[in-house]
Amino acid sequence: MCTTCGCSSHEDGVSITRIGAEHQHQHLSGWGRFWHFLWYGPHQHSVPAPAAVSTGEKKTIHLEQDILAKNNQSAQRNRGYFEAKNILALNLVSSPGSGKTALLERTLHDLREKMNFAVIEGDQQTTQDADRIAATGAPVVQINTGQGCHLDADMVYRALHELRPAEDTVVMIENVGNLVCPAMFDLGETARVVIISVTEGDDKPIKYPDMFHSAQLCLINKIDLLPYVKFDLERAKDFARRVNPNLEFIELSATVGTGMQSWYQWLLARPRVKLNPTPVGTYSLVH
Amino acid sequence: MHELSIVLSVVDAAAQVAQENQAERIDAIELEIGALSGVELDALEFAWSEGIKRSILAQAEKKFTLIPGKAECSDCGLSFPVTTLYDPCPICNSYFVQVTQGRELKIKSITLEAV
Repeated sequence: MCTTCGCSSHEDGVSITRIGAEHQHQHLSGWGRFWHFLWYGPHQHSVPAPAAVSTGEKKTIHLEQDILAKNNQSAQRNRGYFEAKNILALNLVSSPGSGKTALLERTLHDLREKMNFAVIEGDQQTTQDADRIAATGAPVVQINTGQGCHLDADMVYRALHELRPAEDTVVMIENVGNLVCPAMFDLGETARVVIISVTEGDDKPIKYPDMFHSAQLCLINKIDLLPYVKFDLERAKDFARRVNPNLEFIELSATVGTGMQSWYQWLLARPRVKLNPTPVGTYSLVH
Repeated sequence: MHELSIVLSVVDAAAQVAQENQAERIDAIELEIGALSGVELDALEFAWSEGIKRSILAQAEKKFTLIPGKAECSDCGLSFPVTTLYDPCPICNSYFVQVTQGRELKIKSITLEAV
């Protein structure tokens, strides 16, 4: 046990909870440690091993090592796992309040008989989002990052151990609502989907370019509210294309359902998506 | 404030190098930070002073080198300096550009006392 803060596990504030299963959580080693650090101040968790006697000779080691090498290694491990199990893994990123969870709820409901879904929810606190997802019947694991502003690959790796998604599943990873920090952290996802809503500024893509630069698809949500807000769709797309000319767009409203078919078609067009068998002639995308 | 998690990643990597070389402290560390990497140098400086306390890097002299952004136009092939991810090609105005430099986030070197 740490003698400074009394925590019984690792140096961390991150917890992972499988919703609907017997309550369990685990502490992570990793970046969530920084919250612990800020909260308790600098302190040692273990006694360092005595160092060998130095000869006093200086040595410069030319590392040329990526600072995020450890995260990227974990991300590659996740990617290999997804590939081996034919899992389509989507990293959903956005500002808070863009409607990620509402979009997931509707998608999981509408496609529940066509595809198998599993969800990883990332939030600083609470299991509220995971509870909403669990109500759709999809398996879900909640990662609480404490004060952490993003998910990292190691958190996802550990969440996958709780989730244990079956082959041919679509794994939706709802990142922490934050348009800055999650951009830097590869989770091993198959594709990154950035969501903006028309209640935000249409200049968001160039104010927060990193996220749009690293995404493959941009969902523009809440378009049912367009008559009431000053949001120019074409201006927003133009800004986003300056950052990432290859970005695809789908305009939709997760609340009223407009445009959801286009999003489902995009999902169905992903190479790893395998539909659940349905009798010939009875197939329809949405009920 | 992902800069603090960046600093903690550096501390972890440095501790690994120190352990491999049986060094008890690191004298100097040099980082390369790309101008388009998503890390703010000012925020990194602030996070650095907090993040290295009582770590293997507590006494280390640090050097951050900013790597300027460069891109290549996919349409006309021009290589040109950029300060944002959405700078168009200055010759043909295309936004189809590939960033070729400035995304770096690297530990370049570590100096320690060898055993």
